[in-house]
Amino acid sequence: MGKMMALLHWIDARFPLTATWKTHLSEYYAPKNFNFWYYFGSLAMLVLVMQIVTGIFLTMHYKPDAAQAFASVEYIMRDVDWGWAIRYMHSTGSSLFFVVVYLHMFRGLIYGSYRKPRELLWLLGVLIYLCLMAEAFFGYLLPWGQMSYWGAQVIVNLFAAIPFVGPDLALWIRGDYVISDATLNRFFAFHVIAVPLVLLGLVAAHLVALHEVGSNNPDGIEIKKKKDPKTGIPLDGIPFFPYYVVKDIFGVVVFLMVFSVIVFFAPEMGGYFLEHNNFVPADPLKTPEHIAPVWYFTPFYSILRAVPPLFGSQFPGVLAMGLAVLIFFFLPWLDRGVVKSIRYRGAVYKTALALFVISFVVLGYLGTVPTNVWGQFGAWLGVAERATVVARIFTIIYFLFFLLMPWYTRIDRTRPEPERVTP
Amino acid sequence: MRRFFLVLLFAPAAVLAAGGDIRLDRANIDSGDVLSIQRGAKVFVNYCLNCHSATAMRYNRLMDLGLTEQQIKDNLLFTGDKVGDAMRIAAGKKDQQEWFGVAPPDLSVIARARGVDWLYTYMRSFYRDPARETGWNNLAFPNVGMPHVLWQLQGTQVLKSETEDRGGHEVEHMKLVLESPGTLQPLEYDKLARDLVNYLSYMGEPAKTRRVQIGIVVLFLLSLLLVLSWLLKTEYWKDVHGPTTTR
Repeated sequence: MGKMMALLHWIDARFPLTATWKTHLSEYYAPKNFNFWYYFGSLAMLVLVMQIVTGIFLTMHYKPDAAQAFASVEYIMRDVDWGWAIRYMHSTGSSLFFVVVYLHMFRGLIYGSYRKPRELLWLLGVLIYLCLMAEAFFGYLLPWGQMSYWGAQVIVNLFAAIPFVGPDLALWIRGDYVISDATLNRFFAFHVIAVPLVLLGLVAAHLVALHEVGSNNPDGIEIKKKKDPKTGIPLDGIPFFPYYVVKDIFGVVVFLMVFSVIVFFAPEMGGYFLEHNNFVPADPLKTPEHIAPVWYFTPFYSILRAVPPLFGSQFPGVLAMGLAVLIFFFLPWLDRGVVKSIRYRGAVYKTALALFVISFVVLGYLGTVPTNVWGQFGAWLGVAERATVVARIFTIIYFLFFLLMPWYTRIDRTRPEPERVTP
Repeated sequence: MRRFFLVLLFAPAAVLAAGGDIRLDRANIDSGDVLSIQRGAKVFVNYCLNCHSATAMRYNRLMDLGLTEQQIKDNLLFTGDKVGDAMRIAAGKKDQQEWFGVAPPDLSVIARARGVDWLYTYMRSFYRDPARETGWNNLAFPNVGMPHVLWQLQGTQVLKSETEDRGGHEVEHMKLVLESPGTLQPLEYDKLARDLVNYLSYMGEPAKTRRVQIGIVVLFLLSLLLVLSWLLKTEYWKDVHGPTTTR
């Protein structure tokens, strides 16, 4: 023991090991009333690590070459020891990454975790989400199946819709006139090194920002306002280590069980995690009947399709889709509510939030199916496609949730916040 | 270059054609029935593997099915390939394109792309169609480039229109009728198609059986960990929830 302590002193004189441990774990005081919604931050970090580790092993066997990519994935599935497990962990991990991140963001929404003093924390989080979308998009091309190929084709063509510079921009992104070997190679570079580096940096910054301002909680009140006069420790705070470490370990095990059920018993998830058409090798001469992105992009894809073209240009749809993501950045300044947490908000905010969730889910579903899925209205509505009309209505609701927020959060009849957190 | 544009011109039609909108028959395969998969492998090697490759599949992988290397060599390996080789074919893609208009796809993961019910329906839906170059057409895949390779076994089906009286309404629908029988009885042919689809399903993901077995072990271990982690959590959190929390 004495020798260990001596070693620790030696290190501490040269590197702030004990100090770091204290700042971020043993003396980082988190509110004691975290509930279910507070598991997803640590779970997102777990999935990030799993994606990096499984990704490294996949990189050892995968060939980023248009002639070999598809076959090399099947090679991993059959001839590499445990290759199937590593590949399924990676493909399941990408979908579950979005599941936990969406739940994590929803937690931020309902408890007002983006409000002062956590605006920067929220902005860093939205940047992480953007990076994650880029990471997923680049990665999805790599198996070189029909959906990989045509999905990438559709998304890159979106850039071509930008006025004036669009076509040149799309050409620059692809490195060719169509998605090709050149595109695959650069997407591989972005997927395995460029984006992950940025992602890791942002996650580190997200944590530093969090530990600077402290965690929000389901009551949306600041535990730092009520401190023990002697110790200076928040009265409603408990050290992250050991309390939340052991709690998060439990969450990790539950998550791993869900994860394992998918990996071992339903890796395709009925075509939602691994699309059936992606088991057909990419064929530049054969456009699939129905091109749909993976489920986590479908709300935005729906918005893209819902916005009608202007003067034959798809640009308005592209703009709307971009704004649908970027609008999250403005949330801290759109919300004018007196309270942060949904627990003390009134019916107006709760209705708005419910409508937003419904529109996100319906748009998400509609993005997975063709626009003719529900048939057409009669002549009285110009035989418009039913699904397109519904998508338009929910696209409007989606944007109104943000655009009207300054108004409805102010007129909302809120209840007073408690002095201390409720157990 | 001209051929390229021709292909582009017909590509949309080919894609539409591939989407044949019919109700699929249930394949009802049993992935645990190793004998069925073995029989299917034999059908595959004899009838499919001349035009279709399965380059992700090695012959000796069939040892999964309880076969020995020698059995595979004697019964399933007809080309000059070695037992560790992948299931390749001699014909080149370019030649095949010229012969059939489209190169027959590699079948390694066809079951994962099409689904077993579609494959089962497809194998049973060929019919005589003099309008087609091959003389064959298919209900599940209209205007398919492939002739009915198993016709000697199944016999010849034709498409007949039939009127049916449904509550006073005359409903016309198309039906496949066996015009001249093959060497197999219809039920025997269905069984053969089922065996073949069972094999294609196995070939689509040979690791599936092992995957499920390992999954059960993993979930069992995780459920032990679940109990332990819950006990650990409640033990620590006694201080937070207990009466000692009032600082």
